[in-house]
Amino acid sequence: MASPQLLFRGARVVDPPGGHDAVADVHVRDGLVAALGPGLDAASAEVLDCDGLVLAPGLVDMHTHLREPGFEHKETVETGTRAAAVGGYTAVAPMANTDPVADDASVVAEVRSAAARAELADVFPVGAITRGLEGEVLAEIGEMVHAGVRVFSDDGRCVPEARTLRNALTYARAFDEVVIAEHCEEASLSVGQQMHEGITSYSLGLAGQPAASEDAIVFRDIEMARLTGGRLHVCHLSSARSVDLVRRAKADGLRVTAEVTPHHLVFTDEDLRTYDTNRKVNPPLRSVEDREALRAGLADGTIDAIATDHAPHSVEEKEAEFDRAPHGTIGLETALGAVLAELVEPGIVPLARALEALAVAPARIVGAREHGGPIEPGSPANLVVFDPAQRWVVEPPFVSRSRNSAFLGRELVGRVVHTVYRGVLTVSEGKATR
Amino acid sequence: MNEHLLSMHDVTAEDVIRILDTAESFREVGTRVIKKVPALRGRTVVNLFYENSTRTRISFELAAKRLSADVINFSSGGSSVSKGESLKDTALTLQAMGADAIVIRHSSSGSPFQLTKWVRGHVLNAGDGTHEHPTQALLDLYTMRERLGRLEGLRVAIVGDVLHSRVARSLSFGLVKMGADVTLAGPATLIPPDAPAWGVEVSHDVDEVLPKLDVCYLLRVQTERQRLEYFPSVREYARLFGLSRARVDLLPEGSLIMHPGPMNRGVEIDSDVADLPQSVIEDQVTNGIAVRMALLYLLLGGRGDAGEEGSGG
Repeated sequence: MASPQLLFRGARVVDPPGGHDAVADVHVRDGLVAALGPGLDAASAEVLDCDGLVLAPGLVDMHTHLREPGFEHKETVETGTRAAAVGGYTAVAPMANTDPVADDASVVAEVRSAAARAELADVFPVGAITRGLEGEVLAEIGEMVHAGVRVFSDDGRCVPEARTLRNALTYARAFDEVVIAEHCEEASLSVGQQMHEGITSYSLGLAGQPAASEDAIVFRDIEMARLTGGRLHVCHLSSARSVDLVRRAKADGLRVTAEVTPHHLVFTDEDLRTYDTNRKVNPPLRSVEDREALRAGLADGTIDAIATDHAPHSVEEKEAEFDRAPHGTIGLETALGAVLAELVEPGIVPLARALEALAVAPARIVGAREHGGPIEPGSPANLVVFDPAQRWVVEPPFVSRSRNSAFLGRELVGRVVHTVYRGVLTVSEGKATR
Repeated sequence: MNEHLLSMHDVTAEDVIRILDTAESFREVGTRVIKKVPALRGRTVVNLFYENSTRTRISFELAAKRLSADVINFSSGGSSVSKGESLKDTALTLQAMGADAIVIRHSSSGSPFQLTKWVRGHVLNAGDGTHEHPTQALLDLYTMRERLGRLEGLRVAIVGDVLHSRVARSLSFGLVKMGADVTLAGPATLIPPDAPAWGVEVSHDVDEVLPKLDVCYLLRVQTERQRLEYFPSVREYARLFGLSRARVDLLPEGSLIMHPGPMNRGVEIDSDVADLPQSVIEDQVTNGIAVRMALLYLLLGGRGDAGEEGSGG
């Protein structure tokens, strides 16, 4: 069935891959960008006035937890991709820590078919590195590669032994462009951890996890990438030392990429003084110095991507004593607003660099070839249109099935107006269309 | 004063003086034949204890009863608390029953803080995890002031497992607030490395610290297995940090020995040391009732001079 044609009139088109930042019209037809330029005429198209709005490649989240199968009370593929669409995303990569674990092609196929039914965003399931996320036996990586999986991660857990990670990196070399994405956390330094270890954890009486827990594994993993020539992606960087390790690995020419979450770019351990369980995340929110290093690493390209680590949990689970609440914050609906408010508006990161990290780089890493631009005639129409100046306060209801947002009550800048997925509006005037 | 007492950060130096002065007038009530005043008649105080602590619960219970409040005890075991009801639901139930104040003891740090978001009544922290135990700190400050006549400039060492001690945190914050000089002493693994940021000094050599003290405050050493990763053996701890008879002789004359109880005699404190005249451990217990009376009275909006109102009843 042919979808209606769309004409985005007078948008500021910011397309980092095309090196484009100018006001133009964009004509979308049959799922593709049909034309781009000033004063386009498309009589049969629905015209959407984009005066003052930015049009960019649809965002790509390379680190999402959609919770299906197994934890549908927290999120499903449908509710999660709808939340993604409302946040300006056209593609997401859900992590493997479902029940059953996505450690074989059948679970991957189940997630894919749920995504196809929802038709809200492209979903690129991440496969487990080890069977059952147990850190011992390699999962059937080859089977999953043939089922279209490109990124493998035991996220939520670190691969405990260097030898196992070495084998994963080496084994994956047989397949084109396959990425091993690590959750870097030395478990013995993390027992019972509730937050970043430092003066704030000591004052709050909460068990801390030192930044060294992450740094030790980032170092180990980079050495394994050096040893094997494998392709390593470091999930949710949180510490200054780790940023530096990644910077040096890149300077050495290793195949290493890294991501950071919006919440690590915005908050610090000081923000836990109210024992807000929505800010209990893993890796933990760290010191001001760490946050500044993450921002600098994002600005200079050491950190490739911004990823949400969208981690939905039920109200009952989060409204508990701090040490009993699970780790994680939702993030799909607030990522763009948080980045624009805290990094772009204060001039820490230019808008084009922010969009590169939110859309272009993650699309490249997960192999989402139809996402992340460039916006040019003939390219797939996966786009976001947002108001870069609109201020709004984060409050329920959320489109996500959960509402455990670290940003509750916070003012953000920049709101998604339209999201175009395969040429169709999944979000129109800020509301999901399906 | 703040409407809750969750942390020693909730009270100013003036608040502390006011609490201690009020406690002093209540101290006298405990010496009467009829140990009761009508200050909180008709008010309901709930003791919500998720952690076994007979001493603290009885102290709060006596304090509330001596003020004529109605007291309800909710303990883990035998109540909805043990039936898996969430803290929030329990709190809402207590609120629906008209609790004016909730005294909470919980093994999770921060749970009294969370409680304030769910209930309208006043919340008193009776010890939360490894966070704080402010009423213990206040009764310790009371005891120090009573015995030594002042708090400002007092030289106090807190010796032992500071890392896991809610008493050590509250007492450090309280003493620093009142202008005392605080030294945290113990094995390096049990003192937070960033502790100087609290305005205290750190030492790992008690023999060097003891001669300069007005108060030697000993913490209970947890001897459970999981704590033993922090020091090689109880024996070595006792030898390096325990207050032995010989170490008492290093203390200046007139200095006090304190302990929040319950003691491990022979570990952090030698048995005969606990019974020396400069040991004021029993005073701490007695003063605890008066200080908790003062806190309930001040938080629940008692008016005027406590002693007068007491004698007027």
